[in-house]
Amino acid sequence: MSVGFCGIELAHPVINGSGTFDAIAAHRAFGDELFERFPFAAFVSKTVTLQERQGNPPPRLWELPGGLINSIGLPNKGLDGYLEHDLGFLATLPVPLIVNVMGFSREEVAQLVEAFAERPEVSALELNVSCPNVETGLVMGADPDETARLVDRVRPLTDKPLIVKLTPNATDVPAVARAAEHAGADALSLINTVKGMALDPKTGAPWLGGTTGGVSGAAVRAVALAQVHAVAQAVEIPIVGMGGVQTGQDALDLMRAGAALVAVGTESFRDPAAGSRVASELVELLANTAV
Amino acid sequence: MTRTTAPFGRRAAPVTAREQHGAYAVVRCRDTGGPAPRPGQFYMLTAAERWGGGEGERPFLPRAFSVLRAGAGELQFLIEDVGPGTKRLSELGPGEDLLIVGPLGNGFASPREGRRPILVGGGVGIAPLAIWQDALGAGGTESRVLLGFRDGPHAAGARLLKSATLATDDGSVGHQGLVTELLEDELDAHDDDGVEVYACGPPPMLEAVRSICMDRGVPAQLALESGMACGFGACFGCVVPTVEGYIRLCVDGPVLDAHKLESALVAGAGH
Repeated sequence: MSVGFCGIELAHPVINGSGTFDAIAAHRAFGDELFERFPFAAFVSKTVTLQERQGNPPPRLWELPGGLINSIGLPNKGLDGYLEHDLGFLATLPVPLIVNVMGFSREEVAQLVEAFAERPEVSALELNVSCPNVETGLVMGADPDETARLVDRVRPLTDKPLIVKLTPNATDVPAVARAAEHAGADALSLINTVKGMALDPKTGAPWLGGTTGGVSGAAVRAVALAQVHAVAQAVEIPIVGMGGVQTGQDALDLMRAGAALVAVGTESFRDPAAGSRVASELVELLANTAV
Repeated sequence: MTRTTAPFGRRAAPVTAREQHGAYAVVRCRDTGGPAPRPGQFYMLTAAERWGGGEGERPFLPRAFSVLRAGAGELQFLIEDVGPGTKRLSELGPGEDLLIVGPLGNGFASPREGRRPILVGGGVGIAPLAIWQDALGAGGTESRVLLGFRDGPHAAGARLLKSATLATDDGSVGHQGLVTELLEDELDAHDDDGVEVYACGPPPMLEAVRSICMDRGVPAQLALESGMACGFGACFGCVVPTVEGYIRLCVDGPVLDAHKLESALVAGAGH
């Protein structure tokens, strides 16, 4: 079942969450079978920042009942490294490419959006707004005005679809969603990870090198469903729903709550081909169900 | 090239046997869907049933295990019950399925020209050294094997390798003390230019091996462990610091040349 999303034709409604699947590393592990059995209808690449980042010191993971906390810290090669080393390979994937970008100021995000605006390999851009603006100290996506100013700044820079990836760690997520829509976002994606923490049982000190991290997996599924539902009531633009999707039924639930597409994230850690399974289960459910 | 690529996705591997070797379980499974692994490569393991619901409602994620032995469509894994994931895996028996992804990562590289291999293992870390000893032996190269364990019940794992010299913390078997003391004795007795060290074990042991080998200019390949969610480079959780910055142990390791590491004391291994 093909689906349209912001003018992009997709083979099915299941994509990946940014930062939960590295197609380049997966190709090293699985070889060309990755291309033959690519699990997602579009590929969302890991967040690109202007400068290269090493990421947070380890430990970076803590397993939870039905999930995990990660404190990865957005390691990436930076814009130049991405353009030089990654984009060429990602363009050979058998599905459309969505590039996720994040900046520490509006001008940084603008530079990133401009750099990708004319790249034919890129089908859409996703803005990671779960980051503090160094100029105001506010997490851009936690505040409707900050979000509006950011989208206002970058909207004129590209004709490509702009997806705003919302953080659940905000007082009023639907208000942020409305602000993004009003400023010209083409779509929204949610939820990003939920802020969490773990203590070392031996020392009582924070376990994660980054002190706190983001909770994902089945543990956040109910949170995702509620937030997708609330945002869908608030906006007209399409939503990519994600958060703890492990089965076609989980995906169907998010679509019933208002999502146009669904992303698989943490479940890919347990089974690299989980996206394919979720998609086939979902397609079968959709054939027998009214959304 | 020390990497064999894995079939894409998770597959079922029926458990054929479980054998107890003191404190360790050897779980054997049938894997007709995958290639033969290189020694030092690893698999992500999940029990097909009752994965979750253990202590603290864990496990949730798969667990990474170096392969102990492989052959004729069979894989063997060495498992010590130290937490909710390993507890569930170590009780698996015939009639149950493992779900596996692998082989993953880089395995051991052959000794540099003419060098004699010394295999140094600690605890459950002896696993990749068993398949490596077999492979070296099949090529006509005999290995010196030095293994360290906590106590007698753990030292029972030594029978999984051939002709091992043992150390135990409590002195119940072999030398009382550290396996790295055996390594220093071995290196004192031989020309450092003639040997290459292969090691797997707990971080303090690996760090001692790294330090000893670096001081003497002896090449060493270390198989490290780190908390790992996916095993194929997706989560970026298993990084270890190297002289070139952080690398992902799952795709750039788990076997690393000692000279690439500033320290083998990996943070957060084993949660």
